[in-house]
Amino acid sequence: MTVLAIRIHGVVKHYGALQALGGVDLEIGQGEFFGLLGPNGAGKTTLISALSGLVRPDGGSIAVMGHDVVSDYRNARRNLGVVPQELVFDPFFSVRELLRIQSGYFGIRNNDDWIDEILASLDLTHKASANMRALSGGMKRRVLVAQALVHRPPVIVLDEPTAGVDVELRQGLWQFIRKLNRDGHTIVLTTHYLEEAETLCGRIAMLKSGRVVALDTTANLLRRFATHSLRVRLADPARGVEIGGVAGESGWVDFSFDSYADVETLLARLREVGAGLAEMQLGEPDLERVFVEVMHRA
Amino acid sequence: MSAPISSPAPRIEPMAAESPLTGFRTLLYKETLRFWKVSFQTVAAPVLNALLFLLIFSHVLDRHVTVYGEVAYTSFLVPGLVMMSVLQNAFANSSSSLIQSKITGNIIFVLLPPLSYREFYAAYVIASTLRGLMVGGGVLAVSALFVDVPMANPLWVLTFAVLGGVILGSFGVIAGIWADKFDQLAAFQNFLIMPLTMLSGVFYSIHSLPQFWQDVSHFNPFFFMIDGFRYGFFGQSDTSPWLSLGVVSLCFVVLAALTLAMLARGYKLRS
Repeated sequence: MTVLAIRIHGVVKHYGALQALGGVDLEIGQGEFFGLLGPNGAGKTTLISALSGLVRPDGGSIAVMGHDVVSDYRNARRNLGVVPQELVFDPFFSVRELLRIQSGYFGIRNNDDWIDEILASLDLTHKASANMRALSGGMKRRVLVAQALVHRPPVIVLDEPTAGVDVELRQGLWQFIRKLNRDGHTIVLTTHYLEEAETLCGRIAMLKSGRVVALDTTANLLRRFATHSLRVRLADPARGVEIGGVAGESGWVDFSFDSYADVETLLARLREVGAGLAEMQLGEPDLERVFVEVMHRA
Repeated sequence: MSAPISSPAPRIEPMAAESPLTGFRTLLYKETLRFWKVSFQTVAAPVLNALLFLLIFSHVLDRHVTVYGEVAYTSFLVPGLVMMSVLQNAFANSSSSLIQSKITGNIIFVLLPPLSYREFYAAYVIASTLRGLMVGGGVLAVSALFVDVPMANPLWVLTFAVLGGVILGSFGVIAGIWADKFDQLAAFQNFLIMPLTMLSGVFYSIHSLPQFWQDVSHFNPFFFMIDGFRYGFFGQSDTSPWLSLGVVSLCFVVLAALTLAMLARGYKLRS
């Protein structure tokens, strides 16, 4: 039987009276690109911190590649690389020194071949000797990714890696992360950019108030929860509102429907009420709608 | 719950650790490199400070005071200043490193790897002791150019210097973990470490004090560190060196146990 990349079972964490995690169960297979989504305060970072040993759960268990993060923490941590949310760095060292030191923490010396490969992949080779203080925010972010990869962990957790990152860097970063995933690394991603999660993640879990409220493949979530939308510009928008539309600006009215078969009926009704169709746009279901719907229902 | 998706991609193995001690050695190296990179501030400046004390006090008191019968005041002062430098710099190293790492957030890079709390403790404390010994050695070397400093028993000197460094290094770990802000750490340093050091007999023999203050001095563990250390130089001290060794060793055991217990619990590091 294949070992799961991550197995989280009944994990509970309280901070005083606040319940940060209320019995989370998750299983993530090797090689998955998995999304962990939720509003602020949902427990995503607490869950990642519990996974990486920064937070000690009050109950439940977590294993990384079959190694319990408490009783077998050395092996669990060797199998895990975490890119933290905050842009943190040690101002005393150069990029190469930092990566060598980080390698050493994981018991690996003489790791320059792999360090060079990571630096090249993240376009940091020319900054290898630069002090961390001299780097731009985007470069510091890339160094954080490099630090997480320095021991070549099978499981990589990215906690909002593209927050505050420009478009070009974001694209480059995702290309690199996708390549890692293709090479067999399991990727766990938290992000507030839902279009990123929709494009990248094969499966998604949504958290709310420390509980998993949705867990499925991205395709299934889109099928189950998202409605299609029809946007029409009408000569008489009030007529459109009368039959269930939501008025927007400049005569536009939005309608939601579950399947394309409903479009015919909707257009027929618009004709019946004499709304006067001028323009029409059809909207695809997207993860943002799923997210809003799931959070609303939970 | 939807089942995990298995991938056809090859299984990735993490790089193998070369030796179980590599992580500890790397953290020790990093902590040593951290202070060495700013050695003008962390080594040279404290040496200069101690030498200024020596210059001023020896100028004012050398002709007026002798200690243990025939020891010139300046000679008496040197070991005190050396030990004071060891203690203060050992404390400053671990405490400042930890609080900086906590406040900037880069402590995460030490908490994510597979390092045990014992390795964490040992690396921070040994690096602190090294800095303390480096500064103390610097003060002694420069002083010896101008002042006659005998060394009756180098083993006692080394034993007390190392124990003092380890104790204050541990103290620094506790303070660095406990403090959430730089001013809390400064309070620790200014209201605890500094008075205990200054009132420990660095600048005087406690026999020159009234009986009450002599008795009070015996409740200050720093007095035993400095008195035992000084015994190594002159073969004489205010109290038995064996008593000093006992008190200092007990302090080390208690502080080490306390620090290790804090780290094992993850106090303020792993919530």
